[in-house]
Amino acid sequence: MPAVSKGDGMRGLAVFISDIRNCKSKEAEIKRINKELANIRSKFKGDKALDGYSKKKYVCKLLFIFLLGHDIDFGHMEAVNLLSSNKYTEKQIGYLFISVLVNSNSELIRLINNAIKNDLSSRNPTFMCLALHCIANVGSREMAEAFAGEIPRILVAGDTMDSVKQSAALCLLRLYKASPDLVLMGEWTSRVVHLLNDQHMGVVTAAISLITCLSSKNPDEFKTCVSLAVSRLSRIVSSASTDLQDYTYYFVPAPWLSCKLLRLLQCYPPPEDGAVKGRLVECLETILNKAQEPPKSKKVQHSNAKNAILFEAISLIIHYDSEPNLLVRACNQLGQFLQHRETNLRYLALESMCTLASSEFSHEAVKTHIETVINALKTERDVSVRQRAADLLYAMCDRSNAKQIVAEMLSYLETADYSIREEMVLKVAILAEKYAVDYSWYVDTILNLIRIAGDYVSEEVWYRVIQIVINRDDVQGYAAKTVFEALQAPACHENMVKVGGYILGEFGNLIAGDPRSSPLVQFNLLHSKFHLCSVPTRALLLSAYIKFINLFPETKATIQEVLRSDSQIRNSDVELQQRAVEYLKLSSIASTDVLATVLEEMPPFPERESSILAKLKKKKGPGAVTVELEDGKERGELNGGGDRGGDAAIAASNASTPSPSADLLGLRSTAPVSGTTPSAGSLLVDVFSEAGPSATSAGVNDDGFLSALHAPEASDSPLVEGPGDSDSAPPTVASEDPAPPLPESDELLNKFVCKNNGVLFENQLLQIGIKSEYRQNLGRMYLFYGNKTSVQFVSFNTTVSCPGELQSQLNVQTKTVEPLVEGGAQVQQVINIECLTDFIDAPLLNIKFRYGGALQNISLKLPVTINKFFQPTEMAAADFFQRWKQLSQPQQEAQKIFKASHGMDTEVLKAKLLGLGTALLENVDPNPENYVCAGVIQTKAQQVGCLLRLEPNAQAQPGEQMYRLTLRSSKDTVSQRVCDLLAEQF
Amino acid sequence: MIGGLFIYNHKGEVLISRVYRDDIGRNAVDAFRVNVIHARQQVRSPVTNIARTSFFHVKRSNIWLAAVTKQNVNAAMVFEFLYKMCDVMTAYFGKISEENIKNNFVLIYELLDEILDFGYPQNSETGALKTFITQTGIKSQSKEEQSQITSQVTGQIGWRREGIKYRRNELFLDVLESVNLLMSPQGQVLSAHVSGRVVMKSYLSGMPECKFGMNDKIVIDKQGKGGASEEAAAGKSGGGGGKQSIAIDDCTFHQCVRLSKFDAERSISFIPPDGECELMRYRTTKDIILPFRVIPLVREVGRTKLEVKVVIKSNFKPSLLAQKIEVRIPTPLNTSGVQVICMKGKAKYKASENAIVWKIKRMAGMKESQISAEIELLPTNDKKKWARPPISMNFEVPFAPSGLKVRYLKVFEPKLNYSDHDVIKWVRYIGRSGIYETRC
Repeated sequence: MPAVSKGDGMRGLAVFISDIRNCKSKEAEIKRINKELANIRSKFKGDKALDGYSKKKYVCKLLFIFLLGHDIDFGHMEAVNLLSSNKYTEKQIGYLFISVLVNSNSELIRLINNAIKNDLSSRNPTFMCLALHCIANVGSREMAEAFAGEIPRILVAGDTMDSVKQSAALCLLRLYKASPDLVLMGEWTSRVVHLLNDQHMGVVTAAISLITCLSSKNPDEFKTCVSLAVSRLSRIVSSASTDLQDYTYYFVPAPWLSCKLLRLLQCYPPPEDGAVKGRLVECLETILNKAQEPPKSKKVQHSNAKNAILFEAISLIIHYDSEPNLLVRACNQLGQFLQHRETNLRYLALESMCTLASSEFSHEAVKTHIETVINALKTERDVSVRQRAADLLYAMCDRSNAKQIVAEMLSYLETADYSIREEMVLKVAILAEKYAVDYSWYVDTILNLIRIAGDYVSEEVWYRVIQIVINRDDVQGYAAKTVFEALQAPACHENMVKVGGYILGEFGNLIAGDPRSSPLVQFNLLHSKFHLCSVPTRALLLSAYIKFINLFPETKATIQEVLRSDSQIRNSDVELQQRAVEYLKLSSIASTDVLATVLEEMPPFPERESSILAKLKKKKGPGAVTVELEDGKERGELNGGGDRGGDAAIAASNASTPSPSADLLGLRSTAPVSGTTPSAGSLLVDVFSEAGPSATSAGVNDDGFLSALHAPEASDSPLVEGPGDSDSAPPTVASEDPAPPLPESDELLNKFVCKNNGVLFENQLLQIGIKSEYRQNLGRMYLFYGNKTSVQFVSFNTTVSCPGELQSQLNVQTKTVEPLVEGGAQVQQVINIECLTDFIDAPLLNIKFRYGGALQNISLKLPVTINKFFQPTEMAAADFFQRWKQLSQPQQEAQKIFKASHGMDTEVLKAKLLGLGTALLENVDPNPENYVCAGVIQTKAQQVGCLLRLEPNAQAQPGEQMYRLTLRSSKDTVSQRVCDLLAEQF
Repeated sequence: MIGGLFIYNHKGEVLISRVYRDDIGRNAVDAFRVNVIHARQQVRSPVTNIARTSFFHVKRSNIWLAAVTKQNVNAAMVFEFLYKMCDVMTAYFGKISEENIKNNFVLIYELLDEILDFGYPQNSETGALKTFITQTGIKSQSKEEQSQITSQVTGQIGWRREGIKYRRNELFLDVLESVNLLMSPQGQVLSAHVSGRVVMKSYLSGMPECKFGMNDKIVIDKQGKGGASEEAAAGKSGGGGGKQSIAIDDCTFHQCVRLSKFDAERSISFIPPDGECELMRYRTTKDIILPFRVIPLVREVGRTKLEVKVVIKSNFKPSLLAQKIEVRIPTPLNTSGVQVICMKGKAKYKASENAIVWKIKRMAGMKESQISAEIELLPTNDKKKWARPPISMNFEVPFAPSGLKVRYLKVFEPKLNYSDHDVIKWVRYIGRSGIYETRC
């Protein structure tokens, strides 16, 4: 047929393309394209009908121009016309154009869908395939909506050709991945599974991809595929290399299909049916056996195909983790690969072994390869392989080989690639901590680590070593000695100086007896490093100096001299200057016993999850989790179990404090330096764990350190937990009835008016942390009950009740908690709160549990106050005063004049007002001393607008400072309640 | 300072590469090729920064000249140098083309050695260069000749050698101006300025001292205070358009002009280089004579048709003739056919440029001509509206649109016995269009 031969050529297109290629410059190319576009436009103008051939040719040209990067805004209609052609080439070009150029929101989509529908219902398999490919290529939501019902029907219909089935399966997979909600499961699902039995291997391969994807979402629906897959697999594995003809790839029967089958099986647990399981094990064994056979071909494709199946089989074995025999064999097989010539194989072997190491059956087997792995770490040329080797070493480490592995990793660290150093450092630090039998070894290791790779030692690592040293009396002396020695090196890393400063500041006295490390020598050593360090380190060193004054009064003169020097006391850095000034004053004014109290040795840190581990987890993806879980178990050995959840709660509570540095400033300016409270010691702990932005990760935080020293003067800050409340033992009423609320619960309530998170309650047994969030009239509160003892709480039960009319004002729903709280553990409870209308009282929380047989009964008020439902409203001054005047009726206003119980610090006040939930309006009040806020209280019944004005007389003498608080709202009860609540805050 | 200079052909192959400073590596050559010449999106900016290295480029036909530096140089200086470099090359071997550059690469390296030293531009006066860089190979020069060259190049007047003799002392002055305009459809001038050059070609003997005078407003006003009567008469005879003086916004001079004298008394005096030189460059923005007015009329008839009518009016003395007039009317991107009717000249739709090009060979002043076109459009599913680019125009007129007039050019040569009256002087004014656009 002449048309066909003409269609093959498309000379015009060839000429056009060669013209473009011959263009000497970009401008010439653009000119040529413009000319061609004008030509095509005049052809498409619609005066005369074009024949299919020209249409195809011009559409092709447009496509080519588009692919060169120019915009095409016409020709879609012609392309759609091509779809209805009966010639394959024309149809193909039409579909090509549409899958490349038509975006999903095009108006033409209806026409296109119609054409596709026609092709799908035609009996011509090529046309059906073209249509399916187009759907898959576009893969838009509209396509899915139009065809998600049709394609499964084609897929499972008996009379569909094999090639169409293949396309249909893959097309459906694409649609499912793009918009899973549109592909509905139905009766076709069971028939899809039976495609695994299809005669045609291509159909099986295509179908299995679909099934794997579907079954990972709905494993139950596709459960039957396991036995089918096993039988299919066994048929392939047992077949001779010639049986499958087309599907034999370099003497390996159907390698892709086998891999996919093995991957599908990894979606499911081991088959329960004994026969199926036996058959599967047999298959896996055959695969392992085949790996031992001499290769049938020297070609790389042969070994690649074979190894692909083998690795997939090994991951299945690891996934099942129930066949010790197979696991060990797999491990041995991988061991062989460890020394293979092929780098990729070594990489894969190391990676798979990493997962094998976490299985209890094969852990020992993996350990036998330690020498090879260490060797790989040292000699491997590819950094990614070395990384895997390091991972594997980390995974295979246990008590027996920890010292060796840590030593090897440390020695490797000196030459390691920069890209993996930080991770290596973390791993060494974790292993050292996890398997430390002897703490002096641990201290040595970490100090070595800082010496070798100081730049890569993250904060967490040295925080952790300090935590451990402080918590362990037996290593403190040794640590001080080692640090002292390490600092004597002429060049030491700044992290080393930090550790040194901290430890000598705390425990320098333990080595002061030796004349070689007398106090003055220690001080001089530290001070010799001072000028080389960055500001945070200098700040830490200054704190260490003041601690020296306490430890060794004989150094006082020297240190005061240093503090007094202009470079400290007039330092341009505010932090350093402030420390210098305050420490100088502290050391000269305070008496020795006051000094001793303020600068007391750090109390032990609360046991908590190793911060380093958290860091490593963050660094790595979920892939590393299996190993980490184990870490969690073993960590207990070292630290005697800690409350991880507690950390989380504290971390959460930190999140809410407006800005730690701002608070810190607030603290400092509230009171002069003199005067301490007796509870300083215990206060330190609390502040330590709460202050500072990174308190989650570590205790030794500079900010925390400083605020610890300042805390005594500023126990009123919202940041500091007043332990005075919790130290007084709560009345433990031995009755089943809810106890009356604790006397201090009102006070507790007030503490939470301006903040959402913190510690609600604490006694010797129990700590309750709270974290809450509010949106409009809804709130959610997380309560964390931490068992502080080592004995479990039995029949732990909490109830929340709304007394009196509160029932109709507040809707509170609680989830029940586990009745058992293990020693040191923490449980969480979620409470959902809905505010129906404004309220005054707070709901009651009653906690009952048995501790060592005795019934504990505690009642508290939940800190739910009306202001929590504030929505901040920003408005301009004019707006504000207009509304203020509108609310002028006497009952709408509530006013209180009260004495300031705390200092009048601007930042603290602002933070409190913001914490209240209102918007703090700047530049509204003519008097800049005053504070003006606006907000809307959202309840289900109504919205209550609320305006607030706080006028302090800051100029008055301390002690006579007063506030006038005025509130206006559209509802009298609200004004009164908010006014009452707020009056307690200042 | 300039760290290196590269010349590329259109494919990005390096024809000339000269590096003056160590901070410019070989990879800079490739960086420019990859990021500018072969850039996916056409690079419009003449200055490109790649990895802390600045590339300044100019393009002449298919040839790219790129100066490279890592320092913070005066970009204007670099471009001035590049233009100068082009002028020098043109003076030596004509058109700058790949073939010419390949044929003269030894010469170009020689020139580059001379006009740039450690990245600092040196003497780039063609006349001076030609005395010691020649294309005709080594010509045996006597000792005196050599020392003469040395003393000239290093002396105070590096641009002119001594002992030039002409039988006829002749002098040509060209005032070349390009007028730029952007006009609103209603005929309101949005922006207009003239950038002009005074080019001088001199064939004068000896070391003549010249003095150039024009109708600069400051000079006229100053003199007006002193000897008003004489200047008023001169003004009347010179200013044919009635305008007596013009305000020059800013100007630059050839290095031969004594700037101190210009600063002090605003007189332009100099010893000209032999042959051609650009005496001054200037810019004016006030009272510009716009030679043509374009009146567009665009009407959209439905979605598939557009009617365009453009009228041009010439706005100068009827005795003058404008030449090489070309009006370019942009067409929408979805144009599928165009019919044009024009009274005068030839008009054609050029699909490759998406424009109707209307050419008129000659047109006298105070005339009017018009073109009308019907443009058929192909409906598209693109919602984007056509941006309606402005109609642009090209022309050449025999007067200076800024109104600049040469009042005198006096030549004094005290040593030789010819006077100002013996010099034959020619003055020519040419006004060309720069970017001359009217929105439609």
